[in-house]
Amino acid sequence: MEDQRKLIEIARRRKIKSTLMLSLAALTAVYGIVWLVWILLDVLINGISFLEISLFVNDPAPPGIEGGGLRHAFVGHLIITGIATLMGIPVGIGAGVFFAEYGRYSRFVRYLRSITDVIVSFPSIVIGTLVYALMVKPVGHFMGISGSVALALLMVPVIAVTTDEILKLVPDSLREAGYALGAYRWQVIKDISLSAAKRGILTGVILGIARISGETAPLLFTAFNNNFTTTDPLQPMASLTVTIFQYAMGPYEEWHGQAWAASLVLTFGTLIFFIAAKALIHTKRRYG
Amino acid sequence: MDNGSSPVKIEVRNFNFYYGDYHALRDINLTIYERNVTAIIGPSGCGKTTLLRSFNRMHDLYPGNRYEGEIILYPDRLNIVGRNADPITIRMRIGMVFQKPNPFPKSIYENVAYGLKLKGVKKKSLLDEKVESALRAAALWEEVRDRLHENAYSLSGGQQQRLCIARAIAPEPEVLLFDEPTSALDPISTAKIEELVVELKKRLTIVIVTHNMQQAARVSDYTAFMYMGELVEFGPTEKIFTKPDNQLTEDYITGRFG
Repeated sequence: MEDQRKLIEIARRRKIKSTLMLSLAALTAVYGIVWLVWILLDVLINGISFLEISLFVNDPAPPGIEGGGLRHAFVGHLIITGIATLMGIPVGIGAGVFFAEYGRYSRFVRYLRSITDVIVSFPSIVIGTLVYALMVKPVGHFMGISGSVALALLMVPVIAVTTDEILKLVPDSLREAGYALGAYRWQVIKDISLSAAKRGILTGVILGIARISGETAPLLFTAFNNNFTTTDPLQPMASLTVTIFQYAMGPYEEWHGQAWAASLVLTFGTLIFFIAAKALIHTKRRYG
Repeated sequence: MDNGSSPVKIEVRNFNFYYGDYHALRDINLTIYERNVTAIIGPSGCGKTTLLRSFNRMHDLYPGNRYEGEIILYPDRLNIVGRNADPITIRMRIGMVFQKPNPFPKSIYENVAYGLKLKGVKKKSLLDEKVESALRAAALWEEVRDRLHENAYSLSGGQQQRLCIARAIAPEPEVLLFDEPTSALDPISTAKIEELVVELKKRLTIVIVTHNMQQAARVSDYTAFMYMGELVEFGPTEKIFTKPDNQLTEDYITGRFG
């Protein structure tokens, strides 16, 4: 009897402790979500009234004149991040495959891997100045493409690290099964490792795009800005982020409104992109 | 029981194997006869799997491993562990089924077709035909004929292992290596795999590593008993299990250690 009562008492105390810890965990989650929702609402409320068709189809008008838009920034942003993504994905996946599949037992790759881990959290403005020194300075003027290069440099380590991690999760027994049938290493990588890891790698790619889509600092010294729409990546090019910065700092009420609207499009655009991409990854459960 | 007049398929001569500095196999001499089942038994860590994985050069995949001596593959007298032997062609001639079922994360069909594609088979009709006959030979066809394009992971553990057997025999290897193929399976699936092993020896040579002595007795024609990296005794299964020459063998098969 005495023992039983003791057990009940212990169980009761454990329950209280468990409830307490659970509440603490929930609170921290709520803390994060509150700020996120606040930011989203703030952007939504301030930006929605300036969200007009003209924002997307017109170039900027002089302050005071109605109907100006930010077409130059939307076009520029898509081109800069698009080219960056095209450059970053193959290099990032290639580096990850090299780390996980070819460099498993190499000390050199171990060093490379730790350097990559460091670069992931590198201040992006440093990347911007690096590309400025390597590309912009020698050519003599700002270029959209140099912005893409800076963003690609930011993207590569993110994709490389996730690809590496995911490939390390593919069990060796699968690779051995491939080798045992007489496959060469590149065939095992292509047909088995990458095929087993493709969803994780896609997630890495999305993370990489997430990393760059809201960047401002690396573009300041590279793509710079442009008040007109251009599709020539060899010219200075406007981007949403730099334009938001410029307009938010500007003296005109109308600029502030447009900066809010641009923030709205950028924020919710990326949000929708990620939700769609995630959904796509999770519904694509078909193999081979 | 075989009368021992079958031709030799593999001959292991003074074979040694090293994991780095660790001398894992010592002076192994062993003969594998064609279209027979040879079982390798012995306690954990005795080197039976190490020996099996030498036959298809799986040790090449990891650094620091070293072979010494000869493993001769007949009829062309190719030294499997020789400097000039190509592991890729050896693995096409000597297939392997692993301890745990390890199908590729692909469809059932793609799993079986993979080895054929590696061998350069491209014609759809030929692939279809060979995939079907491999699945039939692995006693899996009736269960999967209507779901060939479903993911292999939708199969049960026992079915997955039979799929792995189908995958291994589809490219028509001369020898098939089994590395404790039933250790992860239930008794019914185990019985099916054992039946398959006996059935398959009509068309190819089989080497099977097993922890389970009853299994060795049931399926094999020859048995090799290994202990501490050495081959203690080798002979017809019946003899090994009834009147072994070596005291150590007798102690092991009677369950006195191991």
